[in-house]
Amino acid sequence: MTDQTLKTTPLNAAHRALGARMVPFAGYDMPVQYEGVLAEHRWTREHAGLFDVSHMGQAKITGADAETQFERFVCGDYQGLKAGKQRYSLLLNDKGGILDDLMAGKPDHDGLFVVVNAACKDADFARIEAGLQGDAKLTRLEDRALLAIQGPEAAEVMAAHEPVLAEMGFMDTARLKLFGEDCYVSRSGYTGEDGYEISIPAAAAERVWNTLLEDARVKPIGLGARDSLRLEAGLPLYGHDADEGTTPVEAALTFALSKRRREAADFPGAERILKQHAEGADRVRVGLHVKEGAPAREGAEIADEDGNLIGQITSGGPSPTLGKNIAMGYVPADKAALGTALQVIVRGRALPAEVVAMPFVQQRYYRKPAA
Amino acid sequence: MRFTKDHEWVRLEGDVAVVGITQYAADQLGDVVFVETPEVGKIVSPGDSFAVVESVKAASDVYAPVAGEVVEANTDLGSAPETVNSDPTGAGWFCKIKVADKAQVEALMDQASYDAFLATL
Repeated sequence: MTDQTLKTTPLNAAHRALGARMVPFAGYDMPVQYEGVLAEHRWTREHAGLFDVSHMGQAKITGADAETQFERFVCGDYQGLKAGKQRYSLLLNDKGGILDDLMAGKPDHDGLFVVVNAACKDADFARIEAGLQGDAKLTRLEDRALLAIQGPEAAEVMAAHEPVLAEMGFMDTARLKLFGEDCYVSRSGYTGEDGYEISIPAAAAERVWNTLLEDARVKPIGLGARDSLRLEAGLPLYGHDADEGTTPVEAALTFALSKRRREAADFPGAERILKQHAEGADRVRVGLHVKEGAPAREGAEIADEDGNLIGQITSGGPSPTLGKNIAMGYVPADKAALGTALQVIVRGRALPAEVVAMPFVQQRYYRKPAA
Repeated sequence: MRFTKDHEWVRLEGDVAVVGITQYAADQLGDVVFVETPEVGKIVSPGDSFAVVESVKAASDVYAPVAGEVVEANTDLGSAPETVNSDPTGAGWFCKIKVADKAQVEALMDQASYDAFLATL
């Protein structure tokens, strides 16, 4: 893809002014790093990292039947979702394959606010738009940027701008005036840290980005560290760790199968997915600690102790926090138990590996104390 | 010191070429977290992928700049791969090759030519 065809986010000039190294990602010209992946990764784990995720797709689904209509595409319970809450879910095809993973919530009393992956957004929104019935309507929010601020100091940084944000718990969402702008805010993210995602009018994005960076606790973080952070948090990257050929059960995302939806068996691919949920899938996504040698990356083969090839790594690399090599990949169910000794093949060399629990690094989401 | 377009450097010590990657290459890679150096005794030809350097994000091949036999590898990089970033043309060397033909080294870019080449990138 040439530079001419790459799309840009409203923060493109700001990234360049900061000296970011830009790369093509999902059709966008995006910052992969500013200061360096390791330094940015560690900064986010210790302070607060600011991410431009404006390439992701944002939309509102409105209408009297918005929740019921949206549920026809996903396995999450949105009729039962309380106002002010958001939920992670999966867009499924009729075979139960994962078309995308997404966040959808109720920040106001006007339907659902949905965020999907950049590479999938056109297909996702076209699919939903074509399938919505009645007066339910999908509106793409193309004139909005999306910022994520993540890390143990993110809450203090944001509370200085709007104290009410400190009262939100993990996965709470709200529509409110922030920096004088109409924003959708959720206390969530994709790094395993506490933090917020903030949808803001594109015209205000650069001003807000620069305002946040004036705080000494905040540094800009590129896609490189975003990837290593989410890997440590055990979070799948769509298109790598989950795709159309994997089901929620295989991808170890059964928590996204809401109870009401399982009981009603009324989501796409429900028959196959519920059978796997009851009986187990033939293969499943696991976490691996690669005990010595080079990092095992996407595409590396996984072998059992006897050297039989049994699966593939879907993402992996060094964990800056743990100082060891970690990976995710798919293995047969009988090789998925914690502690199972396996091997990964990197450049022809078999390296010892072990199935370990995910997240690799403890998630530190902010859970509100019970009232 | 001589240079290749793939950003390796070569320094001749008698008939042994010390080989590493340039400051430019190290900066482009970012934080080096793993280096796989070639095995001693390996016979290499120019352009052979003979070592791998890994950053957090990706693995990159390192190519043999000249023909010869690997006679020593920098095993210190195993425990301190970051040396490639901090001192790429010194302590961050990758390996030593007993060269078959010193003229191959002379034929590579000198500092001025390499600097001019970098200016085109």
